[in-house]
Amino acid sequence: MTRTSGPDAGRRSAGGGPALVVEHLSKRFGERTAFEDVSFEVGYGEVFGFLGPNGAGKTTTVRALGTLVAPTSGSAVVAGIPLSMDNGPAIRARISIMPETPGLYMRLSVAENLQFFAGLYELDAAEARIEGALEAVNLSGRADDTCGSLSKGLRQRVALARALLNDPAVLFLDEPTSGLDPVATREVHELITSLRQRGVTIFLTTHRLEEAERLCDRVAILNTTLRMIGRPSELRELLFARTLEVRTGAPLGDPAAVFGGLPGVEHWERTPSGSYTLTVTDPDAAAPGVARALVAAGSDICSIAESRHSLEDVYLQLVAEDVEASRG
Amino acid sequence: MNATGFSWTRVGAILRKELREYRRNRFVVVTTMAVLPVVFILVPTIELIAIRTSLSGSKLNTRIGLSLVYMLIIPAVVPSVLAAYSMIGEREQGTLEAVLITPVHEEEMLIGKAFAALLPALAVAYAVFGVFLAAVAAFAQPAVVSAVLERSHLLVQLLFTPLIAGWSIWMGIAISTRVSDVRAAQQLSVVANIPPAAIAALMSLDVITPSLGLALGIAAGLLAVDGLAWRVVAAMFDRERLVTGRR
Repeated sequence: MTRTSGPDAGRRSAGGGPALVVEHLSKRFGERTAFEDVSFEVGYGEVFGFLGPNGAGKTTTVRALGTLVAPTSGSAVVAGIPLSMDNGPAIRARISIMPETPGLYMRLSVAENLQFFAGLYELDAAEARIEGALEAVNLSGRADDTCGSLSKGLRQRVALARALLNDPAVLFLDEPTSGLDPVATREVHELITSLRQRGVTIFLTTHRLEEAERLCDRVAILNTTLRMIGRPSELRELLFARTLEVRTGAPLGDPAAVFGGLPGVEHWERTPSGSYTLTVTDPDAAAPGVARALVAAGSDICSIAESRHSLEDVYLQLVAEDVEASRG
Repeated sequence: MNATGFSWTRVGAILRKELREYRRNRFVVVTTMAVLPVVFILVPTIELIAIRTSLSGSKLNTRIGLSLVYMLIIPAVVPSVLAAYSMIGEREQGTLEAVLITPVHEEEMLIGKAFAALLPALAVAYAVFGVFLAAVAAFAQPAVVSAVLERSHLLVQLLFTPLIAGWSIWMGIAISTRVSDVRAAQQLSVVANIPPAAIAALMSLDVITPSLGLALGIAAGLLAVDGLAWRVVAAMFDRERLVTGRR
């Protein structure tokens, strides 16, 4: 079952419908299930993260929505067009997919690569579009370089420029930073941020959780089935209790007397490192009372801080649940 | 943007890209467009120049026929190498998915790839045949020259060169969409060229008497097969299989 947090549907276009509506979509290759019963919506202008471990079905989902593979069951509306192989050319004209590998012709120049794809999209004023796309990815000066002479990061930027050529209603980025060094990764992140500011709808598949947390409005976690969907902060709250981490100068003589019965504190426990973890209903409301109780008990307070679970914690928790479930 | 109908703009984009890639790929240019044709021009030319006038009529015809068969191997081999690489090559260099996610139709992609293999193949084949004729005219015995320039021989060469190339291209592309290895694709496509090359060879060797009517009939048949092959290969074109390697 998918755990959902917050409004599932994203922003809607002036025309009404969301950018993507996916309902109970499944894909099987013979006996193997790539993904199953996947449902979600993505609004126009939203950056939607699609997370999952390797083999979870992320890329196959993107390919299904891009009409490269036919779903086994379910339905979807992509950029306002019902998903079907017959509608393939119309859908592919309105979206762009940047695959994990840049897919550039290494013997051709950057401009020649983009000219080719502009021809496939039958773009008017192709040269101006190419210039604009190169400008958007900060590659204006490299149009005549052969793609084979570019670094991996620059090739990824060219692929992103190609994906922007047709001004897509939905831009699918499949693992856009896979295999990139930290500098190139940061450059791609900056580009995605700038596209987001321009209002481009982005569907980002990744298994880099800090990337999703940093860039995405909402995320979905897929592990063959969709496990969770919502804002990163909401997913944390759905999965994890809110806690305060209390560090004192010396161990408390009677912690039960200090923490027991404090308003807003539901549970406490001592950690192996000697600090105390307090499960609370509202960290901001509970912290002053905790501090007063510690002072009253004559304890030296080193710190009282809210424990922050990362998206990685959420992800690992869900994957661990799946492993547990598969063991039966 | 016309995404739904057949578009010659997209065909043109594919054709231009393919030709640009050939120009930048020295291996293709040197081996396919230069070395192979040179080999195929040297042997038959020397063969015909070395013929003496005392040779009987039937033996002369056989020697000339054999030499002309070499000329028909060029339109069979040159485009088959290019066509066999067309899809599997895109997949190997990781560009296939990027192309298939555009609005390009199967038929557009195939016809663009086919023209890109056909044009250089025709240029090379006719150029080689022209050089062959010029060399024979300049250095061979007059009897040999008049036999080589016989209308039926010229007709077979001129008519069958594009038709054999067409067959070769569709076989090469069909194989390229179904196999997962470039070398296997190229070897299989050479084998697939045997039937039309055999017909042409039998006509060149006068086993099948190459009358104008027969030549035109067989040519019309090959033309129909070439046209049908486009549709058949388009029907065989399976994006899912090409992208995922399975179905």
